[in-house]
Amino acid sequence: MVDDVFDEIGLKVENLHASYGAVEVLRGLDFEVASGGVSVILGANGAGKTTTLRAICNMCDTTGTVILGDEDISRTGTAEIVRKGMVHVPQGRGTFSELSTMDNLLVGAYTRKDNEVKDDVDRWFEIFPRLAERHAQMAGSLSGGEQQMLAVARALMARPRLLLLDEPSLGLAPLIIEDLFERFATLNKETGLTMLIVEQNANLALDMADYGYVIESGEIALHGSADKLKNDPAVQEAYLGA
Amino acid sequence: MNWNFDILPDFIFNGLSLGAIYGTVALALVLIFKATTLINFATGELAMLGAFLVYVLHMEQGLWLWLSMLIAMGLSAGLGVLIERSLTRPFDPSDHLPVVLITLGLFLIINAVAGDIWNYQVRILSNPFGKFPSWVPSVGGDRFIIVFGSRLKYQSLGIWFTLAVALVVLGLLLNKTKVGLAFRAVSCNVESARLVGVHTGRTLGFGWAIASAFGTLGAVLVAPQLGGVNPNMMATIIIYALAGAALGGLDSLGGAVLGGILVGLIQAVAVTWGGVVVFGQLYMSILQLAAAFLVILIVLLFRPSGLFGTRRVERV
Repeated sequence: MVDDVFDEIGLKVENLHASYGAVEVLRGLDFEVASGGVSVILGANGAGKTTTLRAICNMCDTTGTVILGDEDISRTGTAEIVRKGMVHVPQGRGTFSELSTMDNLLVGAYTRKDNEVKDDVDRWFEIFPRLAERHAQMAGSLSGGEQQMLAVARALMARPRLLLLDEPSLGLAPLIIEDLFERFATLNKETGLTMLIVEQNANLALDMADYGYVIESGEIALHGSADKLKNDPAVQEAYLGA
Repeated sequence: MNWNFDILPDFIFNGLSLGAIYGTVALALVLIFKATTLINFATGELAMLGAFLVYVLHMEQGLWLWLSMLIAMGLSAGLGVLIERSLTRPFDPSDHLPVVLITLGLFLIINAVAGDIWNYQVRILSNPFGKFPSWVPSVGGDRFIIVFGSRLKYQSLGIWFTLAVALVVLGLLLNKTKVGLAFRAVSCNVESARLVGVHTGRTLGFGWAIASAFGTLGAVLVAPQLGGVNPNMMATIIIYALAGAALGGLDSLGGAVLGGILVGLIQAVAVTWGGVVVFGQLYMSILQLAAAFLVILIVLLFRPSGLFGTRRVERV
């Protein structure tokens, strides 16, 4: 379905701190995302999941080390990080609501200099046919599910090596969420695209992930393989509704 | 009351050509507002400076007027980039007060410097549409054509044509270039723009550049109507442009042009022609300026987002 245009790359985070003003939100996180794998960050509201992704991309005040592949990107600016191969789909999707679906995809390829951008648009239109139908429509007029697909497709237009997804299921109907996660799993299997997903919907996330971290009050409380976490009584009680 | 409809087309043509100029300057305001939600109070003075550049290049150095205009627009664009880079980028974009104060400071500095160099007398600047090649038809030596029994000046046609060309160029820049796409993205959502790798500062610089060029174009077009250039030439023009931008919607480029034209029409028809109807003779009415403020007031009261602007929706 998809040509293998993605190189695999891993992420290593050491002693990551982040704060908003005087409030320290992350208090020294250490974690890794295996190259070609899918890792998930679980946690309650306010635990620091979104801040973790923002901190990795240098979108807030942080200290600590972030290593993408073998390159230290702790001090790299948000826009430059895209050029290093890591692309972030923010919470709430961050679609350019006044731009057409097509322009959203084209601006996703902003950092590219090759001439295969149109081919990639066609590729993602094939995989997300709803976006093809609405290519001329303003992105703001799309449904929540379509906007989430658009946000993901826009990120893929940059040909990332590592994709950060912040609560992709937020505000979507259960059927659409399942469909979306199936697509993520397919994408990962067929292309080897590394993914780090922040998710409240722990069941779905752990089903497709290899590895998981549980964040509580800005610290890693628990981590392990997805299977191990799924069977962990504490995780079951807190996040899986068992 | 004498409903003097015979002369109405005159006023409509006049309003449309003044309005086109207001629209040009309003575009300069809106281009920056759309991207930064910031009113650049120095817009008018930057435009005035551009007009003086044309004055120096054309009247003093003897360059061809249209070439002088292109060079001045290019220099204004460069100055716009410089201002964005040195005076606005170092400040937190979410905190508007410092940058607004900076643009106010720029307003005063540019005005004072221009006053020092050129003093405050009106200096004649050639009308871009003052001369026509011999193939242009003329009526009794005057340059106009008769439309609806009224005189439509070639000057008005020239202003409309120039604005149309400038709008086409702007449309191509915004819709067909990569930096234009990035600019639209930044205008829509700064954080998301960063997340697709857009360097937001440089991209805003592009906005400042075209805004400054448009301002200069507007100032050169309006100069003949003011008798020439002088450091205070934009003082009232910028208020009409602001009224136009507010009327059209501060974040709508098309709205800025239409709003500017509407303000021109309101001035010429409602105020000036209306004055003739009510008082029976032509007053060069100071009520024109009051009309602009009235437009701003009414828009802010009843439709703060303007005719074509995005309505602010707060989700809690």
